Amino acid sequence: MSNNKKKKLTPTQQEYQQFANNREVVKRPLLKNCIKAFLVGGIICVIGQLISTFYMYFFKFTEQNVGNPTVATLIFITMLLTGFGVYDRLAQFAGAGSAVPVTGFGNAVISAAIEHRTEGFVLGVGGNIFKLAGPVIVFGVFSAFIVALIKTILIQWGGL
Amino acid sequence: MVFFWAFVVGGLICVIGQIMFDVFKLTPGHTLTTLVVSGAVLSGLGWYEKLVDFAGAGATVPITSFGNQLVIGAMEQAEKHGIIGVITGMFQVTSSGISAAIIFGTIGAIFFKPKG
Repeated sequence: MSNNKKKKLTPTQQEYQQFANNREVVKRPLLKNCIKAFLVGGIICVIGQLISTFYMYFFKFTEQNVGNPTVATLIFITMLLTGFGVYDRLAQFAGAGSAVPVTGFGNAVISAAIEHRTEGFVLGVGGNIFKLAGPVIVFGVFSAFIVALIKTILIQWGGL
Repeated sequence: MVFFWAFVVGGLICVIGQIMFDVFKLTPGHTLTTLVVSGAVLSGLGWYEKLVDFAGAGATVPITSFGNQLVIGAMEQAEKHGIIGVITGMFQVTSSGISAAIIFGTIGAIFFKPKG
Protein backbone atom coordinates (compact mmCIF):
# COMPACT_ATOMS: atom_id res chain seq x y z
CA MET A 1 0.00 0.00 0.00
CA SER A 2 1.35 3.43 -0.93
CA ASN A 3 2.21 5.96 1.75
CA ASN A 4 -0.21 8.42 0.31
CA LYS A 5 -3.09 6.05 0.91
CA LYS A 6 -1.83 5.13 4.35
CA LYS A 7 -2.02 8.73 5.62
CA LYS A 8 -5.76 8.81 5.06
CA LEU A 9 -6.37 5.89 7.39
CA THR A 10 -7.14 6.40 11.06
CA PRO A 11 -4.76 4.83 13.62
CA THR A 12 -7.22 2.02 14.27
CA GLN A 13 -7.38 1.24 10.56
CA GLN A 14 -3.60 1.24 10.31
CA GLU A 15 -3.45 -1.15 13.22
CA TYR A 16 -5.90 -3.42 11.48
CA GLN A 17 -3.87 -3.29 8.24
CA GLN A 18 -0.83 -4.40 10.20
CA PHE A 19 -2.82 -7.20 11.81
CA ALA A 20 -4.24 -8.35 8.47
CA ASN A 21 -0.78 -8.35 6.87
CA ASN A 22 0.54 -10.53 9.65
CA ARG A 23 -2.36 -12.92 9.21
CA GLU A 24 -1.60 -13.30 5.50
CA VAL A 25 1.90 -14.55 6.32
CA VAL A 26 0.44 -17.93 7.31
CA LYS A 27 1.20 -20.04 4.26
CA ARG A 28 -1.27 -22.40 2.67
CA PRO A 29 0.10 -25.93 2.37
CA LEU A 30 0.39 -25.84 -1.42
CA LEU A 31 1.78 -29.31 -2.09
CA LYS A 32 -0.66 -31.03 0.24
CA ASN A 33 -3.60 -29.15 -1.27
CA CYS A 34 -2.45 -30.01 -4.79
CA ILE A 35 -2.17 -33.72 -3.99
CA LYS A 36 -5.64 -33.72 -2.44
CA ALA A 37 -7.06 -31.85 -5.46
CA PHE A 38 -5.31 -34.28 -7.85
CA LEU A 39 -6.68 -37.37 -6.09
CA VAL A 40 -10.26 -36.19 -5.64
CA GLY A 41 -10.45 -34.57 -9.10
CA GLY A 42 -8.98 -37.69 -10.67
CA ILE A 43 -11.43 -39.96 -8.87
CA ILE A 44 -14.40 -37.82 -9.97
CA CYS A 45 -13.16 -38.08 -13.57
CA VAL A 46 -12.80 -41.87 -13.25
CA ILE A 47 -16.40 -42.05 -11.99
CA GLY A 48 -17.34 -39.94 -15.03
CA GLN A 49 -15.48 -42.39 -17.26
CA LEU A 50 -17.34 -45.32 -15.65
CA ILE A 51 -20.69 -43.61 -16.33
CA SER A 52 -19.59 -42.83 -19.91
CA THR A 53 -18.65 -46.46 -20.51
CA PHE A 54 -22.00 -47.54 -19.10
CA TYR A 55 -23.91 -45.22 -21.46
CA MET A 56 -21.83 -46.22 -24.48
CA TYR A 57 -22.38 -49.90 -23.75
CA PHE A 58 -26.09 -49.96 -22.88
CA PHE A 59 -27.64 -46.87 -24.50
CA LYS A 60 -25.73 -46.68 -27.81
CA PHE A 61 -24.15 -43.28 -27.28
CA THR A 62 -21.06 -42.60 -29.33
CA GLU A 63 -17.77 -41.35 -27.96
CA GLN A 64 -18.57 -37.87 -29.26
CA ASN A 65 -21.89 -37.33 -27.51
CA VAL A 66 -21.49 -39.52 -24.43
CA GLY A 67 -20.37 -36.46 -22.46
CA ASN A 68 -23.94 -35.11 -22.33
CA PRO A 69 -25.67 -37.91 -20.37
CA THR A 70 -22.54 -38.27 -18.23
CA VAL A 71 -22.66 -34.63 -17.17
CA ALA A 72 -26.39 -34.87 -16.43
CA THR A 73 -25.86 -37.99 -14.31
CA LEU A 74 -22.99 -36.41 -12.39
CA ILE A 75 -25.11 -33.36 -11.64
CA PHE A 76 -27.92 -35.64 -10.42
CA ILE A 77 -25.47 -37.35 -8.03
CA THR A 78 -24.26 -33.92 -6.94
CA MET A 79 -27.83 -32.94 -6.10
CA LEU A 80 -28.09 -35.85 -3.65
CA LEU A 81 -24.66 -35.18 -2.15
CA THR A 82 -25.34 -31.44 -1.81
CA GLY A 83 -28.77 -32.02 -0.32
CA PHE A 84 -27.44 -34.36 2.35
CA GLY A 85 -24.52 -32.02 3.11
CA VAL A 86 -21.82 -34.44 1.97
CA TYR A 87 -20.49 -32.26 -0.84
CA ASP A 88 -19.64 -29.40 1.53
CA ARG A 89 -17.39 -31.68 3.54
CA LEU A 90 -15.79 -33.03 0.37
CA ALA A 91 -15.13 -29.47 -0.81
CA GLN A 92 -13.50 -28.63 2.54
CA PHE A 93 -11.12 -31.51 2.02
CA ALA A 94 -10.46 -31.34 -1.72
CA GLY A 95 -10.51 -27.62 -2.60
CA ALA A 96 -10.24 -27.30 -6.35
CA GLY A 97 -10.50 -31.08 -6.74
CA SER A 98 -14.24 -30.84 -6.15
CA ALA A 99 -14.75 -27.35 -7.60
CA VAL A 100 -13.22 -27.77 -11.06
CA PRO A 101 -15.13 -30.86 -12.28
CA VAL A 102 -18.65 -30.27 -13.53
CA THR A 103 -19.93 -31.50 -10.15
CA GLY A 104 -18.60 -28.24 -8.68
CA PHE A 105 -20.69 -26.30 -11.19
CA GLY A 106 -23.70 -28.42 -10.22
CA ASN A 107 -22.99 -27.87 -6.54
CA ALA A 108 -22.82 -24.08 -7.04
CA VAL A 109 -26.22 -24.09 -8.74
CA ILE A 110 -27.92 -26.54 -6.39
CA SER A 111 -26.61 -25.07 -3.14
CA ALA A 112 -27.69 -21.59 -4.26
CA ALA A 113 -31.15 -22.98 -5.03
CA ILE A 114 -31.47 -24.73 -1.65
CA GLU A 115 -30.05 -21.79 0.28
CA HIS A 116 -32.49 -19.25 -1.14
CA ARG A 117 -35.68 -21.30 -0.98
CA THR A 118 -36.69 -19.51 2.21
CA GLU A 119 -37.08 -16.34 0.12
CA GLY A 120 -39.77 -18.03 -1.96
CA PHE A 121 -39.63 -20.11 -5.10
CA VAL A 122 -39.90 -17.42 -7.77
CA LEU A 123 -37.66 -14.67 -6.40
CA GLY A 124 -35.57 -16.85 -4.09
CA VAL A 125 -34.87 -20.02 -6.05
CA GLY A 126 -35.51 -18.64 -9.52
CA GLY A 127 -33.65 -15.41 -8.96
CA ASN A 128 -30.60 -16.79 -7.19
CA ILE A 129 -30.08 -20.19 -8.81
CA PHE A 130 -27.31 -18.85 -11.09
CA LYS A 131 -25.87 -16.46 -8.53
CA LEU A 132 -22.62 -18.42 -8.16
CA ALA A 133 -22.53 -20.23 -11.51
CA GLY A 134 -23.62 -17.22 -13.57
CA PRO A 135 -20.14 -15.82 -14.30
CA VAL A 136 -19.06 -19.19 -15.70
CA ILE A 137 -21.94 -19.22 -18.17
CA VAL A 138 -21.65 -15.53 -19.07
CA PHE A 139 -17.94 -15.51 -19.80
CA GLY A 140 -17.96 -19.02 -21.22
CA VAL A 141 -20.60 -18.02 -23.77
CA PHE A 142 -18.98 -14.69 -24.54
CA SER A 143 -15.49 -16.12 -25.06
CA ALA A 144 -16.89 -19.01 -27.08
CA PHE A 145 -18.73 -16.46 -29.23
CA ILE A 146 -15.52 -14.54 -29.92
CA VAL A 147 -13.51 -17.70 -30.63
CA ALA A 148 -16.17 -19.18 -32.92
CA LEU A 149 -16.63 -15.86 -34.69
CA ILE A 150 -12.92 -15.49 -35.45
CA LYS A 151 -12.71 -19.11 -36.57
CA THR A 152 -15.76 -18.78 -38.85
CA ILE A 153 -14.42 -15.62 -40.43
CA LEU A 154 -11.04 -17.24 -41.01
CA ILE A 155 -12.65 -20.33 -42.55
CA GLN A 156 -15.11 -18.46 -44.77
CA TRP A 157 -13.02 -15.58 -46.02
CA GLY A 158 -9.52 -16.71 -45.27
CA GLY A 159 -9.92 -20.09 -46.95
CA LEU A 160 -8.43 -21.86 -43.94
CA MET B 1 -6.12 -47.54 -20.08
CA VAL B 2 -8.55 -44.72 -20.71
CA PHE B 3 -9.46 -44.87 -17.02
CA PHE B 4 -5.84 -44.22 -16.05
CA TRP B 5 -5.52 -41.23 -18.38
CA ALA B 6 -8.92 -39.92 -17.27
CA PHE B 7 -7.61 -39.98 -13.70
CA VAL B 8 -4.29 -38.29 -14.54
CA VAL B 9 -5.61 -35.60 -16.89
CA GLY B 10 -8.65 -34.82 -14.75
CA GLY B 11 -6.45 -34.65 -11.67
CA LEU B 12 -3.96 -32.35 -13.36
CA ILE B 13 -6.67 -29.91 -14.44
CA CYS B 14 -7.83 -29.81 -10.81
CA VAL B 15 -4.24 -29.15 -9.69
CA ILE B 16 -4.12 -26.17 -12.07
CA GLY B 17 -7.29 -24.92 -10.38
CA GLN B 18 -5.77 -25.48 -6.93
CA ILE B 19 -2.65 -23.53 -7.91
CA MET B 20 -4.84 -20.66 -9.07
CA PHE B 21 -6.60 -20.79 -5.67
CA ASP B 22 -3.45 -20.91 -3.55
CA VAL B 23 -0.68 -19.19 -5.50
CA PHE B 24 -2.59 -16.48 -7.37
CA LYS B 25 -5.22 -16.15 -4.59
CA LEU B 26 -8.15 -16.11 -6.99
CA THR B 27 -11.69 -16.73 -5.79
CA PRO B 28 -13.40 -19.92 -7.00
CA GLY B 29 -15.54 -17.76 -9.31
CA HIS B 30 -12.50 -16.23 -11.01
CA THR B 31 -10.77 -19.60 -11.23
CA LEU B 32 -13.70 -21.38 -12.87
CA THR B 33 -14.28 -18.47 -15.25
CA THR B 34 -10.61 -18.50 -16.31
CA LEU B 35 -10.73 -22.26 -16.86
CA VAL B 36 -13.87 -22.02 -19.00
CA VAL B 37 -12.38 -19.24 -21.12
CA SER B 38 -9.15 -21.20 -21.61
CA GLY B 39 -11.23 -24.25 -22.58
CA ALA B 40 -12.94 -22.16 -25.26
CA VAL B 41 -9.61 -20.86 -26.58
CA LEU B 42 -8.04 -24.34 -26.63
CA SER B 43 -11.11 -25.57 -28.48
CA GLY B 44 -10.71 -22.81 -31.04
CA LEU B 45 -7.15 -23.93 -31.66
CA GLY B 46 -8.40 -27.51 -32.04
CA TRP B 47 -6.33 -28.86 -29.16
CA TYR B 48 -9.11 -29.70 -26.73
CA GLU B 49 -10.66 -32.28 -29.06
CA LYS B 50 -7.37 -34.17 -29.10
CA LEU B 51 -7.30 -34.09 -25.32
CA VAL B 52 -10.84 -35.55 -25.22
CA ASP B 53 -9.82 -38.35 -27.59
CA PHE B 54 -6.86 -39.07 -25.38
CA ALA B 55 -8.31 -38.77 -21.87
CA GLY B 56 -12.08 -39.32 -22.30
CA ALA B 57 -13.92 -38.21 -19.18
CA GLY B 58 -10.69 -36.74 -17.80
CA ALA B 59 -11.21 -33.94 -20.30
CA THR B 60 -15.03 -33.87 -20.53
CA VAL B 61 -15.80 -33.79 -16.78
CA PRO B 62 -13.75 -30.70 -15.72
CA ILE B 63 -15.43 -27.34 -16.33
CA THR B 64 -12.98 -26.54 -19.17
CA SER B 65 -15.04 -28.84 -21.37
CA PHE B 66 -17.96 -26.43 -20.98
CA GLY B 67 -16.06 -23.79 -22.96
CA ASN B 68 -14.96 -26.42 -25.44
CA GLN B 69 -18.50 -27.64 -26.06
CA LEU B 70 -19.84 -24.11 -26.49
CA VAL B 71 -17.34 -23.54 -29.29
CA ILE B 72 -18.06 -26.94 -30.86
CA GLY B 73 -21.82 -26.25 -30.90
CA ALA B 74 -21.29 -22.79 -32.38
CA MET B 75 -18.90 -24.07 -35.05
CA GLU B 76 -21.23 -26.92 -36.07
CA GLN B 77 -24.04 -24.50 -36.82
CA ALA B 78 -21.68 -21.95 -38.35
CA GLU B 79 -20.61 -24.52 -40.92
CA LYS B 80 -24.23 -25.09 -41.90
CA HIS B 81 -25.68 -21.59 -41.76
CA GLY B 82 -22.77 -19.20 -41.86
CA ILE B 83 -22.02 -16.52 -39.33
CA ILE B 84 -25.47 -16.45 -37.68
CA GLY B 85 -24.92 -20.08 -36.69
CA VAL B 86 -22.39 -18.92 -34.12
CA ILE B 87 -25.30 -17.55 -32.09
CA THR B 88 -27.93 -20.17 -32.85
CA GLY B 89 -25.65 -23.12 -32.18
CA MET B 90 -24.04 -21.90 -28.98
CA PHE B 91 -25.95 -24.13 -26.56
CA GLN B 92 -26.50 -27.02 -28.99
CA VAL B 93 -24.08 -29.37 -27.22
CA THR B 94 -23.97 -27.89 -23.72
CA SER B 95 -27.72 -27.94 -23.16
CA SER B 96 -27.55 -31.12 -21.06
CA GLY B 97 -25.30 -29.59 -18.41
CA ILE B 98 -27.28 -26.41 -18.00
CA SER B 99 -30.71 -28.00 -18.14
CA ALA B 100 -29.61 -30.71 -15.71
CA ALA B 101 -28.31 -28.04 -13.33
CA ILE B 102 -31.58 -26.08 -13.50
CA ILE B 103 -33.83 -29.15 -13.23
CA PHE B 104 -31.97 -30.84 -10.38
CA GLY B 105 -31.37 -27.50 -8.66
CA THR B 106 -35.10 -26.87 -8.56
CA ILE B 107 -35.87 -30.42 -7.45
CA GLY B 108 -33.22 -30.07 -4.75
CA ALA B 109 -34.75 -26.83 -3.56
CA ILE B 110 -38.14 -28.56 -3.29
CA PHE B 111 -36.93 -31.59 -1.33
CA PHE B 112 -34.02 -30.36 0.76
CA LYS B 113 -33.98 -27.75 3.50
CA PRO B 114 -31.07 -25.36 3.95
CA LYS B 115 -28.72 -26.28 6.79
CA GLY B 116 -27.29 -24.03 9.47
